[in-house]
Amino acid sequence: MGSTPFRVPPPTLQLCERGRSLRGQGSPRTMTESSKPILYSYFRSSCSWRVRIALALKSIDYEMVTVNLIKDGGQQFSEEFQALNPMKQVPALKIDGITIGQSLAIIEYLEETRPTPRLLPQDPKKRAHVRMISDLIASGIQPLQNLSVLKQVGQEKQLSWAQQVISSGFNALERILQSTAGKYCVGDEVSMADLCLVPQVANADRYKVDLTPYPTISRINKSLLTLEAFQVSHPCRQPDTPPELRA
Amino acid sequence: MVTVNLIKDGGQQFSEEFQALNPMKQVPALKIDGITIGQSLAIIEYLEETRPTPRLLPQDPKKRAHVRMISDLIASGIQPLQNLSVLKQVGQEKQLSWAQQVISSGFNALERILQSTAGKYCVGDEVSMADLCLVPQVANADRYKVDLTPYPTISRINKSLLTLEAFQVSHPCRQPDTPPELRA
Repeated sequence: MGSTPFRVPPPTLQLCERGRSLRGQGSPRTMTESSKPILYSYFRSSCSWRVRIALALKSIDYEMVTVNLIKDGGQQFSEEFQALNPMKQVPALKIDGITIGQSLAIIEYLEETRPTPRLLPQDPKKRAHVRMISDLIASGIQPLQNLSVLKQVGQEKQLSWAQQVISSGFNALERILQSTAGKYCVGDEVSMADLCLVPQVANADRYKVDLTPYPTISRINKSLLTLEAFQVSHPCRQPDTPPELRA
Repeated sequence: MVTVNLIKDGGQQFSEEFQALNPMKQVPALKIDGITIGQSLAIIEYLEETRPTPRLLPQDPKKRAHVRMISDLIASGIQPLQNLSVLKQVGQEKQLSWAQQVISSGFNALERILQSTAGKYCVGDEVSMADLCLVPQVANADRYKVDLTPYPTISRINKSLLTLEAFQVSHPCRQPDTPPELRA
């Protein structure tokens, strides 16, 4: 996947044209002329990965601007990015004339405006289960082990903190999945819950959480990783993936 | 209503009984229509889909995105970082400054976002799920002595919402389990 900008990039953020564009390469174009959605993403951000999966599943063509959360003190803190997303976080999606932050808000918007294929079941009770599982991960686990919190916790305690937070959340999730899961988190169709699960398992691996107590989580994660949308969106295959982590 | 005391008996949310009902060991949980739902926003979205009047989410998808974004900012980006279990881990000495830092950081972002989305309330002029998240979070801010002067929009909206009956009857100071010394 190439990351050659078509114009001089702005000081901190780099525009990357994804390799799968149907357009010919090389015709110069400014960001303001683009009608494609623009995703602000960091390869390793689990929240960004959720949205990358959604865009892939719905076959939505988009442009990516990578935001390095470590470099230059964190490019998310630049004036430029703050103006775009006051939350100073990735992902953010510029689409249809608006900018949306928060991965689940983005995914629900994509679902409502590009409804096929579905990411939420039709039945309200199943939808509730999908949202409950998604929120368990997106509110109950990930924020407690994200970059800014781990910085505050301090280097010595970071690993045990992250492990404790993830294990605690996975204990609950494994139990809930006992009653909701079929092939995937809720029944047999891929849903928003699955988009949250896979990146969180990757975080669990990163922080060396033992997954033996979570057989349902492991099984579902393994199945999902065989799907193309989960592969093309994987952190190891992004324009900003460092060479040593590239697939 | 079944009240669950998060402090008493080591925390009633950790009882076998409650765990069986909600493996997340958290409130709120709602038993409705034969299912049990945890996670406040999942509950609210279910209520919206099955009891759609009056609306808690606008009709327009872009406005809905703003409502969800603001709700998630609070429900993922602020509250979990200053909830009971995290503050326990942080330790008594650092609790106050941790909570203040987390809330201020989130409110800085929220105040800016509200500049473009807010009318009478968080998104336009109708009460939405975002407003349901805002008021309780401002109450947390007060509890942890966060200075709200930098957040005039948040303050204005909070004040308006607190005049509405639904926000009053549901207030922590008027619940069956409100301790006498905190009762309105």
